[in-house]
Amino acid sequence: MIVDLQRFIANERPFWNELEKLLNRIEADPNQRMSLEQLQLFHQLYERTAADLAKITTFSSEPETRRYLESLVARAYSEIHETREKQRRIFPLQWFLQTLPQTFRRHVRAFYLSLAITIAGCIFGGAAIAFDPASKPVLMPFSHLLQDPRKRVAEEEKATRDRLAGFKTTFSAELMTHNTKVSIFTLALGMTWGIGTIMMLFYNGVILGAVAVDYIRAGETKFLLGWLMPHGVIEIPAILIAGQAGLLLALALIGRGNRAPLRTRLREIAPDVTTLIFGVGCLLVWAGFIEAFLSQYHEPVVPYEAKIAFGSVELVLLILFLAKSGAPRNEKPPAISETGTAQQTMEIPK
Amino acid sequence: MKTAALSIRTPEGIVFSQLLAGPVTRFFAWFIDLLCIQVAMTIVGIAVNLLGIINWGLAIALYVIAYFAISIGYGIFFEWAWRGQTIGKRLFRLRVVDAEGMRLQFNQVVVRNLLRFVDMLPAFYFVGGIACWLSPKCQRLGDIAANTIVIRAPKISEPDLDQLLEAGKFNSLRQFPHLVARLRQNVSPQEADIALQALLRRNEFEPVSRVELFAELAGHFRDKIEFPAEATDGITDEQYLRNIVDVIYRSKTDSGIEKAVREKIGI
Repeated sequence: MIVDLQRFIANERPFWNELEKLLNRIEADPNQRMSLEQLQLFHQLYERTAADLAKITTFSSEPETRRYLESLVARAYSEIHETREKQRRIFPLQWFLQTLPQTFRRHVRAFYLSLAITIAGCIFGGAAIAFDPASKPVLMPFSHLLQDPRKRVAEEEKATRDRLAGFKTTFSAELMTHNTKVSIFTLALGMTWGIGTIMMLFYNGVILGAVAVDYIRAGETKFLLGWLMPHGVIEIPAILIAGQAGLLLALALIGRGNRAPLRTRLREIAPDVTTLIFGVGCLLVWAGFIEAFLSQYHEPVVPYEAKIAFGSVELVLLILFLAKSGAPRNEKPPAISETGTAQQTMEIPK
Repeated sequence: MKTAALSIRTPEGIVFSQLLAGPVTRFFAWFIDLLCIQVAMTIVGIAVNLLGIINWGLAIALYVIAYFAISIGYGIFFEWAWRGQTIGKRLFRLRVVDAEGMRLQFNQVVVRNLLRFVDMLPAFYFVGGIACWLSPKCQRLGDIAANTIVIRAPKISEPDLDQLLEAGKFNSLRQFPHLVARLRQNVSPQEADIALQALLRRNEFEPVSRVELFAELAGHFRDKIEFPAEATDGITDEQYLRNIVDVIYRSKTDSGIEKAVREKIGI
């Protein structure tokens, strides 16, 4: 028969209380730094409580004390055995200018894959419209895209009043939220081993290709570029990056060429997926503004050349941002494994 | 094989378990969260109506953004700020934790919340529910991707055995130390625990059941060791059991111990 439970509890209770107090303090402020003495005390208290748990499990069937000790040990265990980098306060500017583009570059192969799938969709959609114009109602889900491009351009160019007057902000908000939802969905479908993400990217490509070929065939290329480029050069890459994040998730699930267990692969990828999807959100906010406040205005209000030039500048800046921002002067492109996990290389100072 | 608890073995060889939450409790918690989101949106709607007096377009835009931000950000915000709990989870005493017992990270919270988009398909968390039902750790797809589990986390505070085993109270059985020693020798930990638990939960029983239960338990312990009549006469079965538990769990009073330990760690 056990132990003198009362005596055992009386003897050990001060240690448990002290550990509980320390845990409450750590959990209330995860950013606080403990001194060496505090850390030693924390560790000693954890070990003592864990030993008490072992004793009470072995020698007594008193469940309430055991549950209490289990909860204390579980809380302390998570603080002591956590090996991932402790989360620091986030500095938004540093995150945007360094972390985001660095993460993008680390997994650039998944982005290329995302781009390739979308281009395949574009080719399919474009070919379908080119060879079978009657397929337009099937390929294009939006009513305003179904009308004849020439007719639409003529209507847009002779419009004398601002159709979006008073609604620009609302329209912009709707675009931002809708596109962000689509992006999150594209990412989340990565959990279908990437099949859902690939379908989303391909489908987006089909619509884009079909619309582009429809307008080019009608001789309205200039209108098309002026209409799509100001927001599209940000919006389309944003969806592609969401696809990149979804494919990363899928690659981690499949785990080809990576012998680490599934949970390790997913654990490695989670911070990068989070960074990418927050980046997508930022890009889509900008694209939403531009689409509502600029893209919907055509000649003679805004010259197409100006819109195309604006879109081109945006595209160049975006490419420069993703390719160069946050890169150290002598940064070598990181080698990327099959699952997209970076194989970081360290340079030895000469 | 599905289990109701997840056991984690620490490098020190200590095993502790986390009670896993089932899909039904989680569904109820989610329903409460849904109501909270609706309440928040009603409040935002009132504010937007007021703003609409000045600029209706801007007010609608803010409403659209607020709805999106609240519906997506609600789970992320609360699970991060409250260490794995939302209002619904707190009500049902559930908590999101790392599947390996580590500290919950922000990116885990984000990933599990964003993947709701798939878990919700086609409606009412059908995909998530099926995944949860099939998963050994009761994880929906978002939990699998984020490496998290949802546990039942009842409020655990230090057990109050003092109210039961109060030092200094007269115990008639202690007048017969040789019988007490024999009792301690004959009683198994399981038997002692049944008596202790019955006393700790005594107020939860119906009055009649309470009398019957303590009569049965007292009879069981009387069969083990028979104390002389002067030690047991005039006390109820419940008090008899209380005396039994007292002598089993507390061999002698040592009020100086706690004081000495407190001094040792300086509290």
